[in-house]
Amino acid sequence: MRTVKLLRPFSGLVLAVGLILSGVSVFGHDKAAHAADASGAVPMPVHTFEKGEQCVEPVDVMRRNHMQLILHQRDKTMHEGIRTTQHSLNKCVDCHADKKTGSVLGKDGFCENCHRYSAVSIDCFECHSSVREASAAVTAPPSSVRVLTAQPQKTNATATVMDGGSAKNAGAVFPPKGKTP
Amino acid sequence: MAHVHYLKIEGRSIGFFALLALLGALIAAGLGAVLFMEHNGHWVTGMNNQVMWGTPHVFAVFLIVAASGALNVASIASVFGRQLYKPLARLSGLLAITLLAGGLAVLVLDLGRPERLIVAMTYYNFKSIFAWNIILYTGFFAIVAVYLWMMFERRFNDYTKTVGMAAFLWRLTLTTGTGSIFGFLVAREAYDSALYAPMFIIMSFAYGLAIFILVLFAATRWTGRPLGDVMVARLKNLLGVFVASVLYFVLVYHLTNLYMTGRHDVERFILLDGGIYTRLFWIGQILIGGVLPLVLLFSTLGRSRTMIALAAIMVVVGGLVQMYVTIIGGQALPMPLFPGKDASSSFFDGVVGTYTPSLPEFLLGIGGFSLALGMTVFAIKVLPFLPASLADADVDPHHGPNKKTTDTA
Amino acid sequence: MSINRRQFLGLSGAAIAGAALAPSLRLIELAQARSPEETASAQHRWGLLIDSSKCADGCTSCVNACAEENGIQGHGRPTTDAQWIRKVTLKDKQTGYVQNLPLMCQHCESPPCVDVCPTGASFKRADGIVLVDKHICIGCRYCMMACPYKARSFVHEVTTGQKAYAPRGKGTVESCTLCVHKVDRGDGSTACADACKKEGHQAILFGDLKDPDSEISKRLASQPSTQLRADLKLNTGVRYQGI
Repeated sequence: MRTVKLLRPFSGLVLAVGLILSGVSVFGHDKAAHAADASGAVPMPVHTFEKGEQCVEPVDVMRRNHMQLILHQRDKTMHEGIRTTQHSLNKCVDCHADKKTGSVLGKDGFCENCHRYSAVSIDCFECHSSVREASAAVTAPPSSVRVLTAQPQKTNATATVMDGGSAKNAGAVFPPKGKTP
Repeated sequence: MAHVHYLKIEGRSIGFFALLALLGALIAAGLGAVLFMEHNGHWVTGMNNQVMWGTPHVFAVFLIVAASGALNVASIASVFGRQLYKPLARLSGLLAITLLAGGLAVLVLDLGRPERLIVAMTYYNFKSIFAWNIILYTGFFAIVAVYLWMMFERRFNDYTKTVGMAAFLWRLTLTTGTGSIFGFLVAREAYDSALYAPMFIIMSFAYGLAIFILVLFAATRWTGRPLGDVMVARLKNLLGVFVASVLYFVLVYHLTNLYMTGRHDVERFILLDGGIYTRLFWIGQILIGGVLPLVLLFSTLGRSRTMIALAAIMVVVGGLVQMYVTIIGGQALPMPLFPGKDASSSFFDGVVGTYTPSLPEFLLGIGGFSLALGMTVFAIKVLPFLPASLADADVDPHHGPNKKTTDTA
Repeated sequence: MSINRRQFLGLSGAAIAGAALAPSLRLIELAQARSPEETASAQHRWGLLIDSSKCADGCTSCVNACAEENGIQGHGRPTTDAQWIRKVTLKDKQTGYVQNLPLMCQHCESPPCVDVCPTGASFKRADGIVLVDKHICIGCRYCMMACPYKARSFVHEVTTGQKAYAPRGKGTVESCTLCVHKVDRGDGSTACADACKKEGHQAILFGDLKDPDSEISKRLASQPSTQLRADLKLNTGVRYQGI
C-alpha cells in the first residue's frame, strides 16, 4: 500500500511516456512504407517542377524556412510597398503551379500535398490566388519605359461585374427603404 | 463573534444535473451556431455591411458590462467596508469572472477570423481602445482571481482590502474602456459622446447587481440555504438606486441631443419614427428596463421576493434591449455624409440599415450566457463560494468591524 | 519620295510591332516609376480629385472597372456583397437639384479606421494609401463602425477567383486600395479613373498631392474643392468638386 502511495506522483509520468512510446510505434514505422503503402498512411508528397532549374533558395533552406521568408516578405510588401520578386508569393505560385491544373492546391498541388502530409493547414490561399498568373511576362524595363504585363487570363472563377444592385439599378434613385426595417 | 461559513453545494440532485444538462445543451447549440457561421461566412447571419455588429455583440457587451458590475458587491464589502456584504463577496467575484468569460467567448467566436485570437493578443495598436480592452479584460481575470484567492485563503484575508481596491479601480477602467468603444467613434451620430463611459459604468452597476440577485436567489433557494430579509432588502434598494441612475444618464443623453439641431435626426429616429428601435426604446428599455422595476422595487410590492426577482429579470431584459438599441440602432442610422441632401446608392447610403437577428446569432449569444451560468454552477460545487447561511441572525451587522471569516470546505 | 524594298520591309515590320505592342506600352514619368526594392515614400501622397459635375447619371463604369480589376464578385446579396466604390445620387432637399458622384475610401490623413483597429491591420502607408493588412485582420469590423464614409466592406462568404495582386478572403475587412498594385507598378492611375476617362467623362483624376506639378495639384490649387465630412478634420486624400 505504501509503495503504491509513493508511486502516485509518478503515475502521470508513466502515462505520458507510455503514450509517447505507443505514438511513435504506431506512426513511426510508416516512414519506410510510404509510396507503396495502401493501408491508409498518408502518401509522401510528390514534387514536380514546371519551370526553371532550381528554386530561389536551396532546397533545404526552403523546406525549413519558407514560412519565415513568406512572413518577412509579406510585411515588407504590405507595409512598405517593396515588391521584390525573389520571395514573392505570386512568383512561388507561378513556378510551382501544377502544369495541368495551374494551381498549387489540389491533390497533387505543390503546396497542398506536402502540407497534407505534414498536417499543417495552409492559410495563405484563403485570400491569395493559388493559380498561376497566365502569360505574365514582365521584361526588365529600360530606365524610362515600363512594359506592362498583359491582363492576367481568367482561370477558374471569372470576376463578374457586381450584380444585384449596382449594375441593374445603376444611377436610379433608390427609394428610401422606409424607416422601419 | 459570528463566523461566516462557506460551503460547497452538494450538487447531487436531479435538479442540479438537469440544470447542468440544460446549460450544456445551450452551450452546444451556441458552438454549433459558431461552426455554421464560421464555415459559411457571415452572410448566413443578419449582419451585413450596414449593421456589422449584431445580436452576438449585444449579448457580449451586455455580459461584459454585467461582469464588471457583478464585482460591485465585493467592492462594497472590501473597498467601502460594509460588513453586511462580505459574505457575498466570493460569489460576486466568481460571477464577475464567469460573466466576463461568457461575454468574451461570444465576442471572440463571432470574429471573422476567430482562429486569429492569438494575433489579437500579440499585435497591438495602442491607439485603439479595443486593444486596450483586450489588455483590460485579461487583466481583470487575473486581478479577480487574485482577489478571490485573498478571500479564500485565511492568512491572506487582510489583503482583501488592497486587492479589492485594485480590482475596483481596474473594473472602472475596464467599463470606461467598454463604453468608449462607442463613445470614441466620431463617425456615427448616435455614438461620439463622452457620456458613454460613465453611462456604461452605471449600467454595469444595474445589470451586474440584477444578475447577482437572480443567481443568489436561485442558489440559496435551490440548495435550501436561508437568505434573510435584511440582505434582500439591502440588495433590493441598491438595485433600485442603480436603475434610477441609469434612467438619469439616458435622460441626460437624450436631452443633450434634443437640444442640438444637428442631432435631431438621431433623436427622431430613436424616440419617434425608428420603427422597431423606437418601440424597443420606449417599451423595452424605459418601461421594462427602468420604470416597472422601480415601481416593483420601491413600492410595497418590493416586500415580495418574487417581485424582486421579477424586477431583476426585467432589468436584465431591459439591459439587453438597451444594448440592442444602442449597438444596432446606432449603426442602422445613416451617417450624415451629405447634409441637406437625400442620398441614395447601391450601398444603402442615406437609408436606415436593415438588420434582422438570425437564429445562429441568437444561439451564440444565449450560448455565451449559458457558458457563464454553467461555469458558475460548476464552480459553486467544487469550491465554497456560497455562504452556508445568509439568515438575518448570521449577517447581523452589529458586530465589530474586525469580524473574521472562517471558511470550511 | 521613293524607298527601296529593304526600307519598306523595315518600316512595315516596325509598324506591325508598334501596333502590337502599343496597347500595353506607356511612357511613365520618372517620378512615378518606383523600382520594386524601394519602399513607398512619404515624398508622395496619392489622391483623387472627383468632379461631380462630370459624373454621368446612370454610368457605373468606375464601379465595374473596380470590380473587374480587383476580382470582386457579386453574389446577388447587395446587403453583404463587398463594394469598394459606389455611385451615390444626391438630391438637394430644398431645391431638388440632382447630382452624382462616386464614393470610395477617402484615404484620410488621420484615418479613424487606423486609430481603432486593435491589431494594427488597418494602416496608412507612407505614401498616404490606407490599406488593410489581411494577414493580421481578425475580422472584428470595428474599423467599419469607425469609418465616417462607410467605405469598408466585410467579406461575408468564401472567396474564389482572386486576382494575384489583389488578395481578398472570407472573414477579413477590405476597402478601396487606390489600386495600390497599379500605383506601385507605376501605372499612374487607378482602375476607376482609367474607366471614367475611357467613357469620356474624366470625372476622376488620380495624382500625387505632394507634387506641385501634377495635374491634380494644379487643379486643386486653382479651383474650389471640398472634402466630405470636412468638419471631422481628417484631411482626406480624395477631394470633390461640384458639391
